[in-house]
Amino acid sequence: MMFFFLFSVSGNASTPEFKKKKNSECLLRLRHEGLLNSCPAGVASCPASSCPFRSPRSPRLKLLESALLLGPRPTAGGMEFSELIRTGRAQAELLRGPGAPPLRGTLCVTGHHLLLSPGPQATSDLWLLLLRSVDSIEKRVAGDSGTITLRCKDLRVLQLDIEGVEATLDIARSIEALSSLESVITSFPFFYRPKGLRLGDAWHFHPPEHHYKRVARETNAWRLSEVNEDFSVCPSYPRAVIVPRAVDDDALARSARFRQGGRFPVLSYHHAPSGTVLLRSSQPLTGPQKRRCAEDEELLRAVLAGARPGARGFIVDTRSAQAAKQARMTGGGTEAKAAYPGWKRLHRPMERGRPLQESFVRLVEACGDLEQSMDRWLSRLEGCRWLAHVKEALSTACLAAQGMEREGACILVHGAEGTDSTLLVTSLAQLILDPLSRTMTGFQELVEREWIQAGHPFQLRCAHSAFSHARPKHEAPTFLLFLDCVWQLGRQFPLSLEFGEGLLLALFEHAYASPFGTFLCNSEKERCLCEVRTRTHSLWSGLNQPKEQRKLRNPLYVLNPLAIWPSVEPQSLRLWQGLFLRWTRPPEPSEAAWEKVWQIVTDKEKTEGSQPTVSASEPQP
Amino acid sequence: MEHIRTTKVEQVKLLDRFSTSNKALTGTLYLTATHLLFIDSHQKETWILHHHIASVEKLALTTSGCPLVIQCKNFRIVHFIVPRERDCHDIYNSLLQLSKQAKYEDLYAFSYNPKQNDSERLRGWQLIDLAEEYKRMGVPNSNWQLSDANREYKICETYPRELYVPRIASKPIIVGSSKFRSKGRFPVLSYYHREKEAAVCRCSQPLSGFSARCLEDEHLLQAISKANPVNRYMYVMDTRPKHRMQSWWATQKDIGRIIVRISSKIWNDEKIRESHEQKRLNAMANRAAGKGYENEDNYSNIRFQFVGIENIHVMRSSLQKLLEVNGTKGLSVNDFYSGLESSGWLRHIKAVMDAAIFLTKAIMIENASVLVHCSDGWDRTSQVCSLGSLLLDSFYRTIRGFMVLIEKDWISFGHKFSERCGHLDSDPKEVSPVFTQFLECVWHLTEQFPQAFEFNEAFLLQIHEHIYSCQFGNFLGNCQKEREELKLKEKTYSLWPFLLDDQKKYLNPLYSPKSQAVAVLEPNTVSFNFKFWRNMYHQFDRTLHPRQSVFSIIMNMNEQNKQLENDIKDLESKIKQHKNKQTDGVLTKELLHSVRPESPTLKTSLCFKEQTLLPVNDALRTIEGSNPADNRY
Repeated sequence: MMFFFLFSVSGNASTPEFKKKKNSECLLRLRHEGLLNSCPAGVASCPASSCPFRSPRSPRLKLLESALLLGPRPTAGGMEFSELIRTGRAQAELLRGPGAPPLRGTLCVTGHHLLLSPGPQATSDLWLLLLRSVDSIEKRVAGDSGTITLRCKDLRVLQLDIEGVEATLDIARSIEALSSLESVITSFPFFYRPKGLRLGDAWHFHPPEHHYKRVARETNAWRLSEVNEDFSVCPSYPRAVIVPRAVDDDALARSARFRQGGRFPVLSYHHAPSGTVLLRSSQPLTGPQKRRCAEDEELLRAVLAGARPGARGFIVDTRSAQAAKQARMTGGGTEAKAAYPGWKRLHRPMERGRPLQESFVRLVEACGDLEQSMDRWLSRLEGCRWLAHVKEALSTACLAAQGMEREGACILVHGAEGTDSTLLVTSLAQLILDPLSRTMTGFQELVEREWIQAGHPFQLRCAHSAFSHARPKHEAPTFLLFLDCVWQLGRQFPLSLEFGEGLLLALFEHAYASPFGTFLCNSEKERCLCEVRTRTHSLWSGLNQPKEQRKLRNPLYVLNPLAIWPSVEPQSLRLWQGLFLRWTRPPEPSEAAWEKVWQIVTDKEKTEGSQPTVSASEPQP
Repeated sequence: MEHIRTTKVEQVKLLDRFSTSNKALTGTLYLTATHLLFIDSHQKETWILHHHIASVEKLALTTSGCPLVIQCKNFRIVHFIVPRERDCHDIYNSLLQLSKQAKYEDLYAFSYNPKQNDSERLRGWQLIDLAEEYKRMGVPNSNWQLSDANREYKICETYPRELYVPRIASKPIIVGSSKFRSKGRFPVLSYYHREKEAAVCRCSQPLSGFSARCLEDEHLLQAISKANPVNRYMYVMDTRPKHRMQSWWATQKDIGRIIVRISSKIWNDEKIRESHEQKRLNAMANRAAGKGYENEDNYSNIRFQFVGIENIHVMRSSLQKLLEVNGTKGLSVNDFYSGLESSGWLRHIKAVMDAAIFLTKAIMIENASVLVHCSDGWDRTSQVCSLGSLLLDSFYRTIRGFMVLIEKDWISFGHKFSERCGHLDSDPKEVSPVFTQFLECVWHLTEQFPQAFEFNEAFLLQIHEHIYSCQFGNFLGNCQKEREELKLKEKTYSLWPFLLDDQKKYLNPLYSPKSQAVAVLEPNTVSFNFKFWRNMYHQFDRTLHPRQSVFSIIMNMNEQNKQLENDIKDLESKIKQHKNKQTDGVLTKELLHSVRPESPTLKTSLCFKEQTLLPVNDALRTIEGSNPADNRY
């Protein structure tokens, strides 16, 4: 059945015997990889009426769809992927850059993937690319063949040489259309059913209750509030948030009305050794009239009272004083000193939004040029300012962490919306202070709690990566900046993080395009509406499979109970070559060296492991 | 001694130049005949060798005392505050005297005594035997022989006594050629590639002028090309850069017919070719002044290649600029990179590396012999020959091999260490970080090929330290003749045995000598592979360093693995024995005792006391340094 589908789309079902065999093999392999347990063309689009994957579509889903489908409007009810696929198949050669040999075979476009099935005598496996990860596409035709250059969101550049001008143009158009679909519920995670994983697994690894349990063990000044249970108080917060025990839900709701997007101050991290807390929120809506809100003031007062008598607080505003003042004109603003006794405001301007995206684009451009002179490279590295942003982010996080650990002060972080640089600062500060967040599970929990559940709008921020020609609207590599900062921490404290560069690279890739549902949507509310938790797999269950571990772990990890204070001098920061130059340079000897490190570590474990056996084999007296 | 007026000052403050915390360390400053010593209240000692001091500066008096800033050649910068101005003045004057010695005999090496007897000292000096090294390369052989022409330093004072030349080059030819070459440095063998039967030779520039030619020199070059049975063509690499002689070039159109023939196998890029054309201009200028490069018409079978490495003065000011930039307190990321760019330092490093790669390719791909020269043939030529050999031959990537390489291409061929490092109070215009650049190139290679080198970064830093320390005799003087006159082998000690004794500290735990992939190194010189070497230029600014060292931890693990494996073997054999004897009680006791491995802490020997390079001990000590107060957030 599936076989029939795949090639009926292509229209020219010429099927000699060997091809048939080859194709069914290919499908078997796909099924094995968990890519074909659902109809490759997507919901309700399969032209064959007997497609077993035609999913029942509930009325509620349809309603949702109309709300969430931002892409091209479906013509007749459902989304017809087949309309977008002009040619399913062509002969092509794929060039993958330095280090990887070119591949020849049959190219095939499906609803979510680009497949290259190598010729019958080829030994290599099927090659597969998620269409969602294509950032920009460029086509050129010459004579009777064409070339398509695909620039991917993970910064890879691929070249396809295709036989036939018509086929080239058709495939290019199909990829273009399919890779830019914005609908969430027809995206691949909703069809991805990998072998060995169960739906629903790992989605409940890190609920807010889990974090609260830890906080409650350390202090009883805080409670878990379900004021946002139906997402009506704050659409970008999760169902449950941790707030001062002394403040009731009504006050929270009123404080929320005083904060942009309803993001009232909530607990982000409780630092047990000093008894201080890290909070985050959005800007207060003081406006030009300098409005105040008694409940909001009460909330922050309660925070200080809960910490210890006479405790001080710092409000770290991630905008410049000037920008914060200007925000008043548009209804925003910042906390007035008189209204919040005990709190002192600090301004640490951080780049965000479009300038950050442009910085990313320019850095990637510079990294793609292998011929440039030393001087040109250094001046482009300087000009893109990326490392300056890394320094800003790290030093602001250190400032917040230092305030808690050294000065015993409570810290509230916010910028404007409180969904970008705010999260960058709070999550990095935790990594610096909290040894638990430096473990494999602790870090995953941190990402889940401080980024995904805290409402970083991944769908908007990661819609395009550095290659897209589209005018950036909401795109910004804030999460990538976070990963880069973590990488810098890992470089300065190579033994203190349980995870390695591999995990950071994986998170980068999956944030931009993923078969898993973890990074879908912009908030918990949207994820709930799309039933992401029940209908897609969690990235964490994918990553935590034993076979993935060697790629993701740091073999040298030893628990370090202390805070890790990085150096933020420019001499100590380095370009993250593993990410930005990952595809432009041939495989490095350093990878072999890394293998050797693993070998030494496993040797050590082995020899140590064999010790008890020696003592055990000792004759008992 | 007569320079020291105050030997001890109390209540001196030591400031960290990057930390923002105003809590300076308070302690006592001692001035000895050889060192400046600061002991803080935690009994931590900071030793500064007088010879390492590059400059001392007394700043304007402040309320807390008189600031004294000392800059060292090993890139340490210390900032003391001495409470009384008189003391400060005394120390300032003493240091000015002590850091600049007029005579070799006053250098530390002549008084340094590591408690070795004479035979041990002699054995130390014999550790590196260059005759042995040439034998290892495969010379003398049917094409190359040892020449005794310079046995008495009669032909060339700055060359060693033993020189290898083509067998068919007779003594008159050698003598004739040496008269044609600047400072008598005629073409001799530097490295012989046994497999390809190709040679790397070195010399200085010819004193050709416009019409002058020297038949002997032409014969000698012929002899070198004939000594290569596989490829009769040879390359002459002029390592000097272009010059501002455009107008002169324009009027001398006829010279344009001397077109550099560049092998298409190596350089087929039109752009590269053009830039090399430009670089030839400097050589043209030299030629007008009676010095210059070989006229191609007079030499057959020769291809000329120009690579642009700048001279010692450009390099000196480039490093100065670099140090100025990265010494700035509160440096922003952008200022750092624009400073790095305008200093040109990494561009120079890349130029040296590119030249060495050209040499390697000429030998490996074309099987051609290469003759390298610059002006005098002791700076850029040493850089290119030694780096090229390092790429070609994995022996030089071992600890001992690297020592041999330095002895061969730098010490014996007369790199002017004393002048370039400013050992004595002499012409500051002769000082230049040529050797430092070589070490940096090697460091870049260790970064690109982490498994190809037996030694680690600490080894390079330690050698750099001793280039300037004047503690050992190896780097004193400017050539072998001078060293013999100073009787260094009788009066001073060699550095190498001390490094070998401490070998453990310098081992690279990832070294895999058998890996075929690293037989000949082919580094990638894309711009982004060149990075600022923080551990060199900020080796004493601990707050800028990674707080935990991967190398030392892997090293320790490796050590422990070995120890544990030995323990296991030991125990197993003991179990066998004891099983035979059936005496169990003793065994259990022994087991408990020996199973716990001692973590291998590496002792620092006395002579390296002043070093605090890359703390070998792991987490605790390094994490201690991780303090928010050390940083500006």
